[in-house]
Amino acid sequence: MNLNKVLKAILVAVPVMTLAACSSTSSTSADDANASRAQQVTETVQVETAEPVISPAEQMRQKLEALRQENTIYFDFDRSTIRPEFVEVLEAHGTFLRANPSVRVTIEGHSDERGTPEYNIALGERRAQAVVSYLQNLGVSGGQLSTVSYGEEKPVDRSRTETGFAKNRRAVLVY
Amino acid sequence: MTNFLKKTLILTLLLFPVLARASLEIVITEGIDSARPVAILPFSFNGTTRPTENLAEIVAADLMRSGKFSPLARIKMPQQPARASEINYAAWAREGVEAIVMGQINEIGIDRYSVSFELIDVLKGNSGPNSQMLNAGKLVTSNEHVLDSRETTINGSQFRQYAHRISDIVYEKLTGERGAFLTKIAYVLVRPANEFPYQLVVADYDGVNEQILLRSKEPLMSPSWSPDGTKLAYVTFERRQAQVFVQDIYSGRRTVVSTFPGINGAPVWSPDGESLALVLSKDGNPEIYTLNIASKALNRITNHRAIDTEPSWSPDGKELVFSSDRGGNPQLYSVNLVTGTTRRLTFEGEMNLAGAYTPDGSTIVMVNRTQGQYHIAKMDRQSRFLQVLTKTNLDESPSIAPNGSMIIYSTMHGSSQVLALVSMDGRFKARLPAIDGQVKSPAWSPFL
Repeated sequence: MNLNKVLKAILVAVPVMTLAACSSTSSTSADDANASRAQQVTETVQVETAEPVISPAEQMRQKLEALRQENTIYFDFDRSTIRPEFVEVLEAHGTFLRANPSVRVTIEGHSDERGTPEYNIALGERRAQAVVSYLQNLGVSGGQLSTVSYGEEKPVDRSRTETGFAKNRRAVLVY
Repeated sequence: MTNFLKKTLILTLLLFPVLARASLEIVITEGIDSARPVAILPFSFNGTTRPTENLAEIVAADLMRSGKFSPLARIKMPQQPARASEINYAAWAREGVEAIVMGQINEIGIDRYSVSFELIDVLKGNSGPNSQMLNAGKLVTSNEHVLDSRETTINGSQFRQYAHRISDIVYEKLTGERGAFLTKIAYVLVRPANEFPYQLVVADYDGVNEQILLRSKEPLMSPSWSPDGTKLAYVTFERRQAQVFVQDIYSGRRTVVSTFPGINGAPVWSPDGESLALVLSKDGNPEIYTLNIASKALNRITNHRAIDTEPSWSPDGKELVFSSDRGGNPQLYSVNLVTGTTRRLTFEGEMNLAGAYTPDGSTIVMVNRTQGQYHIAKMDRQSRFLQVLTKTNLDESPSIAPNGSMIIYSTMHGSSQVLALVSMDGRFKARLPAIDGQVKSPAWSPFL
């Protein structure tokens, strides 16, 4: 079918174009934007942009900002195993920490409000430690990582509902 | 008037002074039908400046809150005798009253009052208060119907305290068990919107005379009284790390006693006041330690890769009960501090946590989880019979009155965390809701 062929062509072409765009420029994402903008320019004028200077410190700050957006790992009741959906988040943090060995992060462990405060402190620590082990397995130095467990003392949701409990059972990476 | 209305009226009358002054109020949620009727007569007053506190009301409220007594409402009192000789015993006996407290307050100087009271047994009085008997060959008047009588001098600010003292005497004379009305509770108040959301507070056992000992921007946990009632050990996160502090409640002096990496938690004073049992995770996971406060000597008690936490001393100081998930889910264990022998104590329920011995050592009070519900329970040490005492929601942090009669704990009421009371037999229940904020981690003081 004709439509099908067109679709297939697009499906193949798009990744190739993207790859080309990536390979043609250097490593920062700002360059990719410049390249695509240059291609769209009409024939009457040609617009050129100066390459923004991004210092390594600025690059790190931007990445940290991005990592801070996704810094929470959630857990099942009375458990401290890392669920598969959080592997990606932890890998992003792991890559960053490996690349920036001077950066330190504190992992806060939290629990929901069920059970006793003392047991929940222990459970929160187990969750923080599960994150530490995971990052260490990714090659992050233990010296960059510290933990603190707040147990059930700092809930983000005080509703005492199942949804609230699920939001409170967490480990947070604090840079 | 219906029974319900009568009870409400009695409660309102008795609790009004409490409501007006405390940020915690006591609401009795389940009374006991068999509570013993007693009468606390209004104290007569001679002088010009009336004390602000009403002794009789405070004593009546104390006795009612014990769950063991049902003070007669004033409107039901058959007479208002001014002295014991005027008591019409038959009239009181008809109301079922078994004992009468009556007394006088005499103003004897500026802010000085002489207070006297008598505790009178109605049944003995009814059988002949002025019966004469032979004593050492002489005919004397029997005072057998007067169970106790005291006289003391206090100032205007001491009425509340002295009322609790009267309650203690009456309670002990009538039950044979020491009263715990002259005690305090420590707890953590959380007001999330405040600049300092976490507050460590002490108050009289009935919630009156609240005093804030510490305000913090970071969580406070686990207050524990020293056996002499002058200090609290607690956990603070003020340095964004758990640390155990000891604070003198009268001088405010605070010292850090444990600041290892990881958990520094669940401090509990030994009965001799020399050591703290506490939980440290400095070696990788939570273990129970004892710490000698003077010498700083640290003794590791447990050694297991599971969670070990919530130590509590046996009354003789020779044993600790603690929670551990070494068997898969958290249950209570005991460890002998001399031999190191460890025993599992609980097998019933999905979880058992926060174990504590009663003062006589016969029973262990705990948080029991059955079918997902967290309730306060007790277990007889000999028979291992486990009895669930509460029906409230998400119960935690039980703390036992020093006379073993009552447990204070933290629970949910609506969407608020509140303190609640349950008698050791589970028959009397009350709630102490806060006017504002969440209340948690109650700790009942020793006898003061």
